[in-house]
Amino acid sequence: MKVGLFIPCYIDQFYPQVGIATLQILEKNGCEVVFPLNQTCCGQPMANSGFNHLSNGCNENFTENFVGVDYIVCPSGSCTLHIKDHLTSAKNPEQAVIIRKQVYELTEFLVDVLHLTKISSRFPYRVGFHSSCHGQRGLHLSSMSEQMLPHFSKPELLLNTIEGITVLKPERVDECCGFGGTFSIFEEAVSSKMGKDRIHQHAQNSVDYITGVDMSCLMHMEGILKRQNSSIKVIHIAEILNAG
Amino acid sequence: MNTTAQKHATNAATYIADEQRTNWHDETLWFVRHKRDLAATKVPEWEALRNTASNIKEHTLSNLDLYLAEFEKNALQNGIIVHWAPDAAAHNQIVHSIIKEAGIKQIVKSKSMLTEECHLNEYLIQNGIEVVDTDLGERIVQFRKEIPSHIVLPAIHLKKEDVSDTFHQHLGTEKDNNDPQYLTSAARVHLRNKFIESSLAITGVNFAIAETGGFVVCTNEGNADMGTHSANIHIACMGIEKIIPQQKHLGVFTRLLARSATGQAITTYTSHFHRPQKNKAIHVVIVDNGRSTQLGRKDFRNSLKCIRCGACSNTCPVFRRSGGHSYHIAVAGPIGSILAPNIDMKRYADLPFASSLCGSCSNVCPVKIDIHDQLWKWRQELMKQGYSNWYKKLMMQSMAFVLSKPKLYRFTGKTARIFLRTVPFLFQSKSLNPWYKNREFPAAPKQSFTEWYKQNKK
Amino acid sequence: MSNRNIILDKIKKNKPEFIALSEFNGFDNQQKSIDLLIETLKTIKTETTVGNNITPIQDKINLLKKEGNVVLNLLDELNADEKEALILKTAADLASLDYAFIRGQIAVAENGAIWLSDKNTINRLVPFICKHLILVIEEKNIVADMHEAYASININEDGYGVFISGPSKTADIEQSLVIGAHGPLSLNVFILQF
Repeated sequence: MKVGLFIPCYIDQFYPQVGIATLQILEKNGCEVVFPLNQTCCGQPMANSGFNHLSNGCNENFTENFVGVDYIVCPSGSCTLHIKDHLTSAKNPEQAVIIRKQVYELTEFLVDVLHLTKISSRFPYRVGFHSSCHGQRGLHLSSMSEQMLPHFSKPELLLNTIEGITVLKPERVDECCGFGGTFSIFEEAVSSKMGKDRIHQHAQNSVDYITGVDMSCLMHMEGILKRQNSSIKVIHIAEILNAG
Repeated sequence: MNTTAQKHATNAATYIADEQRTNWHDETLWFVRHKRDLAATKVPEWEALRNTASNIKEHTLSNLDLYLAEFEKNALQNGIIVHWAPDAAAHNQIVHSIIKEAGIKQIVKSKSMLTEECHLNEYLIQNGIEVVDTDLGERIVQFRKEIPSHIVLPAIHLKKEDVSDTFHQHLGTEKDNNDPQYLTSAARVHLRNKFIESSLAITGVNFAIAETGGFVVCTNEGNADMGTHSANIHIACMGIEKIIPQQKHLGVFTRLLARSATGQAITTYTSHFHRPQKNKAIHVVIVDNGRSTQLGRKDFRNSLKCIRCGACSNTCPVFRRSGGHSYHIAVAGPIGSILAPNIDMKRYADLPFASSLCGSCSNVCPVKIDIHDQLWKWRQELMKQGYSNWYKKLMMQSMAFVLSKPKLYRFTGKTARIFLRTVPFLFQSKSLNPWYKNREFPAAPKQSFTEWYKQNKK
Repeated sequence: MSNRNIILDKIKKNKPEFIALSEFNGFDNQQKSIDLLIETLKTIKTETTVGNNITPIQDKINLLKKEGNVVLNLLDELNADEKEALILKTAADLASLDYAFIRGQIAVAENGAIWLSDKNTINRLVPFICKHLILVIEEKNIVADMHEAYASININEDGYGVFISGPSKTADIEQSLVIGAHGPLSLNVFILQF
């Protein structure tokens, strides 16, 4: 099984350890992983700001890079969702369609394609699980508190099998953290307040870490935690799944 | 609250500065969302009900002209007088002319967001008619010269101390008596007199039924009924999208509306009007005011399915923390943000951006409007039409340029990290750098993932 | 062109392609026991009495009148008060009404709603302007949910009809629930079991 590794731009630049963990998990589980070297960004920051018409360059570059693989796996719910819903290519329209069917978020891939029901890892800490919105409501990585449907969660399915871990959920199980891409800049007051409140909910559970499938949410919360001089740290789920 | 600033972000920042009040508003509305969840849990067929409601509304919109004609025919047969208003101005003129012709100087009005949208109160007051809003929440905001901050809970932004002060000023209640029971009783007495005095009552319409030529008004307080049955003339104002095909469809909507809005199984009163009582008159004013334009917008027409339950506002983490007035429009919150740009793109260009696109709104919507998808699509439409500001446009163009060129992207990334590591103070301005106002930057690693990969894996 | 035609033409031009109405006829296995109704009424602050004849109601009416209350009895089998005059009474005339006894047609177990129309109220203001409302229904007329309710009635049989679910209320002041807004301060339901 040939897997193309799709590393979001901000993970590439600021959280390379998440990319490394993702790569290692996939290889540990029998995947032949290729990393297209010229990938850049999925285009979501522009698209969600109303400038989808400017993401053609990113779209073409993405389509060019991700050929000849069976699956494309990404440690980000929102970037995966964006490619799945919005990737187009004028130069190679069929390839764009193929890619949209091939792209998976990491935990989704582990559970739905590799059919993992547990993962060998050790992480003896209290971990607050943050349900990132695009992964949850967009990719259906888990059930949603608003809907009257049976409960399930692909990320938590794996997390709960890790040795020593205590997974804790905040009272408002799936409220948004407030990152929202450029929302974090253009509606800064609301964004920061939402992040602050989210952290407070996790802190009520005396967590050591906050984790989730999206580093963007975690980057936003980490920024606030550091400003608060909090001892709570953020960690991407890939790093926990790959811990020892 | 500065509602003249036409930017949600600015209004929200002002609102949030009072953190204690923001927390209170957030918790209060979260509780309403929670009550909705509890009510929905008790209905095992909840999701099937939503699907059914969505289908009924979508079908209706695809047949709207015929259903409106059927409604009019049956309403006329019932002895209801039917008027048509292409816009807000026509609506206001029609309502005023009915009042004027009857020689009436004071009227009572129960909750109608349509009349808020048309600014009816101001128009009538300018024309010498006294308007008494009889919904308790609306009467409170009317005394305070404010607009409702929520389509279902008009005074949700106010604490009981605020209401006490307002009633002390306008009704002579005891100063600093904040007991809701006491205050409500005072309002009951005051408004009872108004009901008895008024011979004309205006209501909204929750549902109009094509099959029977009648309409339904839902309240908890009984003010719509007290007003209309005391009066000689009843004017019911409805948007064109309030039509449903048949009586049996009311079963679906009456099961969804109150549960979604407040967590009750049904409102206290679900009143069905078909024919006026002896010697009295019922008028219905059917209003377009931009709805038929929205109907023609393929991406946005499903916003017309809305039954005005307010669930989207209650679940919205942005609405809860910025308050309805931050949206500077009568119908605020997520639904307001997809309806407003249709009315005036320039004035309301900020609203679709007052969202993190979390998607919670679409999930609670009883008629399954794809609200968060429409927010995204309005963003595209507005930016294409040029309603952006120059620095945002510049930022986006720069990003698009850099991010589409691999070498330039890698170079820019590496340079940014070097700067962040060596001269971080360049970025650390709380006033110039919005990110830094309340957040630290992520640590800037020496190697990007790509650099690590090239070194270790290739 | 008339306003009507301006609007209808624009709608016709802009409406989407036809979407068919899906088949829908309510849900199966819905509960409708008298116990469920009583439980539901309790949650909406409504006291219930069960009996197999209307004598207790007549006794209650007599007692209330003796105590000096203004009482309106609209139950058919009792001596209905001047229907003709009643329909013309104004809000000012009825403002002092303390108690109103009205017959309900059906009751809905899922939400405690009781349907009454002009034939029951005579004057539409009565169930709203009274201080205390008493509705009398029969156990055999309990339905499970609103789908069944709308299948059992004809909403335009009379010029006006209303589902009443509990006493009037509001939570408009800081979400504090207050029973008794502009309508009655209390609702009592008498269920006749034959």
